[in-house]
Amino acid sequence: MKPAVLTGVHFLDGDSACAEGALAAGCRFFAGYPITPATEIAVRMAERLPEVGGIFIQMEDEIAAMAAILGASCAGTKSMTATSGPGFSLMMENIGLGVTMETPCVVVNVQRAGPSTGLPTLGAQGDMMQARWGSHGHYEIIALAPASPQEMFHQTINAFNLSETYRLPVLIMADEIVGHLSERVVIPEASKIRLRSRPRPRGRKDRFKPYHPGPDGVAPMANAGEGYSVHFTGLTHDERGYPVMTAEAQAEMLSRITGKIRSNLDKIVEVEEYRLEDAEIALISYGISSRSSLAAVDEARRRGIKAGLLRLITVWPFPEKTIRELAKRVKCLITVELNLGQIHLEVQRCAGGIAPALLVGHAGGTAITPEFILQNIMESHEQKSFLKTSA
Amino acid sequence: MSRNRSSKHPLDNLLRIDRIPHIWCSGCGTGTVFSSSLIAIRSTVPDLTKTAMVSGIGCSGRGAGYVNLDSYHTTHGRAIPFATGLKLANPELTVVVFSGDGDLFAIGGNHFLHAARRNMDLTVICVNNFNYGMTGGQAAATTPFLAKTSTTPLGNPEPPFNLPLLAYASGATYVARWTMLHTRDLTQSIAEALSRRGFSFIEVLAPCPTGYGRRNKQRPIDSLKLFQEKSIVKNGADPAEVILDFKQGITLGKFVEYDRPTFLEAYDKICKKAQ
Amino acid sequence: MKFWRVPLDTQEIVISRGVVYIVEERCKGCGYCIEYCPRGVLQASERFNAKGYHTPEVKQPDLCVNCHYCEAICPDFAIYSVEVPLQAGAVQTDHSS
Repeated sequence: MKPAVLTGVHFLDGDSACAEGALAAGCRFFAGYPITPATEIAVRMAERLPEVGGIFIQMEDEIAAMAAILGASCAGTKSMTATSGPGFSLMMENIGLGVTMETPCVVVNVQRAGPSTGLPTLGAQGDMMQARWGSHGHYEIIALAPASPQEMFHQTINAFNLSETYRLPVLIMADEIVGHLSERVVIPEASKIRLRSRPRPRGRKDRFKPYHPGPDGVAPMANAGEGYSVHFTGLTHDERGYPVMTAEAQAEMLSRITGKIRSNLDKIVEVEEYRLEDAEIALISYGISSRSSLAAVDEARRRGIKAGLLRLITVWPFPEKTIRELAKRVKCLITVELNLGQIHLEVQRCAGGIAPALLVGHAGGTAITPEFILQNIMESHEQKSFLKTSA
Repeated sequence: MSRNRSSKHPLDNLLRIDRIPHIWCSGCGTGTVFSSSLIAIRSTVPDLTKTAMVSGIGCSGRGAGYVNLDSYHTTHGRAIPFATGLKLANPELTVVVFSGDGDLFAIGGNHFLHAARRNMDLTVICVNNFNYGMTGGQAAATTPFLAKTSTTPLGNPEPPFNLPLLAYASGATYVARWTMLHTRDLTQSIAEALSRRGFSFIEVLAPCPTGYGRRNKQRPIDSLKLFQEKSIVKNGADPAEVILDFKQGITLGKFVEYDRPTFLEAYDKICKKAQ
Repeated sequence: MKFWRVPLDTQEIVISRGVVYIVEERCKGCGYCIEYCPRGVLQASERFNAKGYHTPEVKQPDLCVNCHYCEAICPDFAIYSVEVPLQAGAVQTDHSS
């Protein structure tokens, strides 16, 4: 057997780094379907999983892939799938099943330009709202946005930890550019990587209630074959897991599955601040767009403009508190994203009119250039009245 | 002598008795198929704690909710890929897919084909009641030609699948068809399927008095009488030649049984090179 | 059964006997057990259970041979039979033709 953690310094593309991150996190089951630009993740997992005693299976479609990783997780194995826009749409129903059954797993979406078949080989960030609301019904989800191959490695581990801790599918909203660019990736020693696993049941097996929450709002999870005779269903269910068709049961279940996220926001949400302490113009960005934003901020500062960047590592749950606080102390917020305004809507909502929330958007297909962002920063800076600009 | 009191039914310890009586209609065949499955599971499986039942959506899909084993009630048509993941992640589990004709062969058709092709080690029990019962009796891929359903009120213009042929052509290594009336043969078939490795498919014809029977002039007893009178047991018959016609005959039996490597056996052998 | 001649081991044949139990609150009155009992042990009763179904009742208890078919065919887990152990040395012959 070869090691799961390839400790050392590598030159890896984002997709490969994501696969290595999954293996380092303990993922031993991958079910996938080929789709540009995520195929490389599947290919790497197909090569590496047999080396570490795991299983790879290419399913007949993305719907099957998502169902299979839920099944594998219910049997106790950390599992993952990877896809892009069209496959992400197909997976939505079963993501909802994962949310309702409270099954840990990781779904990677290496975003490409859409809608529909779009530009299969070119990146975008147009699935961000879909990540939040793509499945039917009301629920909470966790979505991360890595901005480099190194982050693809680390955030995949983070995604597994979050999915196990909070018992739900966690989405990695990468983009084709980050997925296909190659950079230095440092993989630490296995002992230095902190891993989390699902909370385990204690006490008598016959008294175990699969959905009775623990102190942090998350119920311990019994896996198949352990003698707990659990029942998992997509129907609205009570603490025993039995379907109950009442509005009361619905309210209780929704409060549990949303509550476990909303009451742990400070442990889940992660952002990175860059030159934001005295900033007057705050850029808000994530993924590849944050890389261009970094360059734009530096150039703006060189020209005497007090710009800064708030980089979202966790996009969902959205860092509402951070944006609200930021809006109070900056003159203007500019969301930079590779779509025509999705996270921008959230920033606008949270800014609440206290600071103008502008957008540097793009239909997709190539990264937004630092020059274009800088141009927008300078225009905002030169506005006499910020309220004139609108996104 | 009989005593009419709530004594302990022999299958009670395999049922979630706090959920019995179940929701299936009076005369529904699903209950009988479910009962036969539990008898087979109890008599065959070495360790009940390592047995899991996966179902989809529909009346048959509710079966997973009544069995006192690890059970998973998944999305419509996706029981088989879910069961695939479950089995591959823990090959010690005996995984039974208990679902219906609509769930397995319409929306779930693609998954059935591929799991059979891979010879995934699963036992798939299909309760075929010739319609979509849970939603009120719509036409399914198994509804007989000219039959009345709520979406074919003037008669079904489509011919149904020959499920044993479909299963055999996809690569299933055990294919049988019984009716819920033939409880002993059915139980034995399920027991055989559970004891063997590979993709086993058992189609069970069942009455749906509320959905199908009501619209096609079949009272529950009429359906059973048809099963009794029209059935011809032909073990080893060629799946291409089995018929399912309420006038001409219903071929029953164990049609296909052979061994070939399961997905895991092939995968493990191939992956030895990597280790 | 009409025999051409009486089989030589008739005296030694032991026919099992059974007792039928009905779990009334589970029954949905489908009538399958009544219809398909090979010995005609059951009939529909006049009574209703709590859900309004006519449950079966035993009309010929001595005929039950513990074949378990009612138990097997019942979709509702509402009926089952239990073997009645025979006394040692007792011989039972089947006189029904």
